[in-house]
Amino acid sequence: MEQSRGKRLLTLFFSMLAISAFTFGGGFVIVTFMKRKFVDELHWIDEQEMLDMTALAQSSPGAIAVNAAILVGWKAGGLAGMAVSVLGTIIPPMVILSVISVFYQLFAANRYVALVLKGMSCGVAAVILDISVSLGLKVVQARQGVHLAVMAAAFAATFFFGVNVVWIILCAAAVGAGMALLNRKEGGKA
Amino acid sequence: MTLLQLFLSFVQIGLFSVGGGYAAIPLIRNQTVEVHHWLTAGQFMDLAAIAEMTPGPIAVNGATFVGLRIAGVPGAVIATFGCILPSLIIVSLLACVYRKYRELPMLQSVLASLRPAVVALIFAAGLNMLLQIAFGGQSRIAPDNAQWAGIALFAAAFAALRKWKTNPILTMLLCGAGGLALGLLGLF
Repeated sequence: MEQSRGKRLLTLFFSMLAISAFTFGGGFVIVTFMKRKFVDELHWIDEQEMLDMTALAQSSPGAIAVNAAILVGWKAGGLAGMAVSVLGTIIPPMVILSVISVFYQLFAANRYVALVLKGMSCGVAAVILDISVSLGLKVVQARQGVHLAVMAAAFAATFFFGVNVVWIILCAAAVGAGMALLNRKEGGKA
Repeated sequence: MTLLQLFLSFVQIGLFSVGGGYAAIPLIRNQTVEVHHWLTAGQFMDLAAIAEMTPGPIAVNGATFVGLRIAGVPGAVIATFGCILPSLIIVSLLACVYRKYRELPMLQSVLASLRPAVVALIFAAGLNMLLQIAFGGQSRIAPDNAQWAGIALFAAAFAALRKWKTNPILTMLLCGAGGLALGLLGLF
């Protein structure tokens, strides 16, 4: 029993390590790989539960990959599973970024590397604006007045007035909480 | 003291980045460039490019990069731990009650209002990057200090992403190659 539990934790750790090291492209991609491994291959988690975990990982604060690792680890091996799973997920990016940081110190002064990085930063700005425009259009299409106002106010607050991002998030959360309370009251009367 | 500040900054980044990778970018920028001046705007853009190119969550990548620069390996570990600590607490609490959680109208409503705010924050972060590219980080926005090569590179990448939905990593690699080529021609 003890041994099989140890073996399970090892499998969990190395699965997470591999998924994290080779998955480019953000939280949703990594969740897909986790599903393939833990639902389709190892049968530790059923499909419905994995979908619930994905929704939970996505809507909780923090990185989606780390959140999903916490949930999958918890399910597969309790507290120890959670620790092992999170470690497996964060070790690859930490090692890779450490190596790159060393090279960054050495090469940031190099003219050619600086040119490539400068060119790439134009691409990053394009990727970020492309994604935010797509997301913004979805908000516009949903035609929820309050949400449009939140979006406009959040943009003005951060871009023109330099309000701390944390305050903006807290205010938006307060608006959502207020709307839920209003809806509840109206529901009560009806 | 620095370690404590690093820890607290990345706890905030972990706690308030709701909605995945890109949501962390404005928070990382706010904490590292504007509040603590650990990175210059240019270094932050290098970090964003590197984080996008490598596997792993942007917040963890950012924590390692900034932590190492500010306080070596202990800095990297402390910053990373800081950015995953809110997740560890909140997600394991939610995991205990998750079947009830999805139907909770209050949380649904809060999340629905957070989304448009996060979109606006990501858009503003992108716009700040674009201004940095277009005017070299100078506060004066005028045609005579515009960096036309950078603007052209951005415009080409943006058009390709919108029109053909090119792969983001491929787009960035092409931009890197374009930057090198333009630079060697003395235009960038």
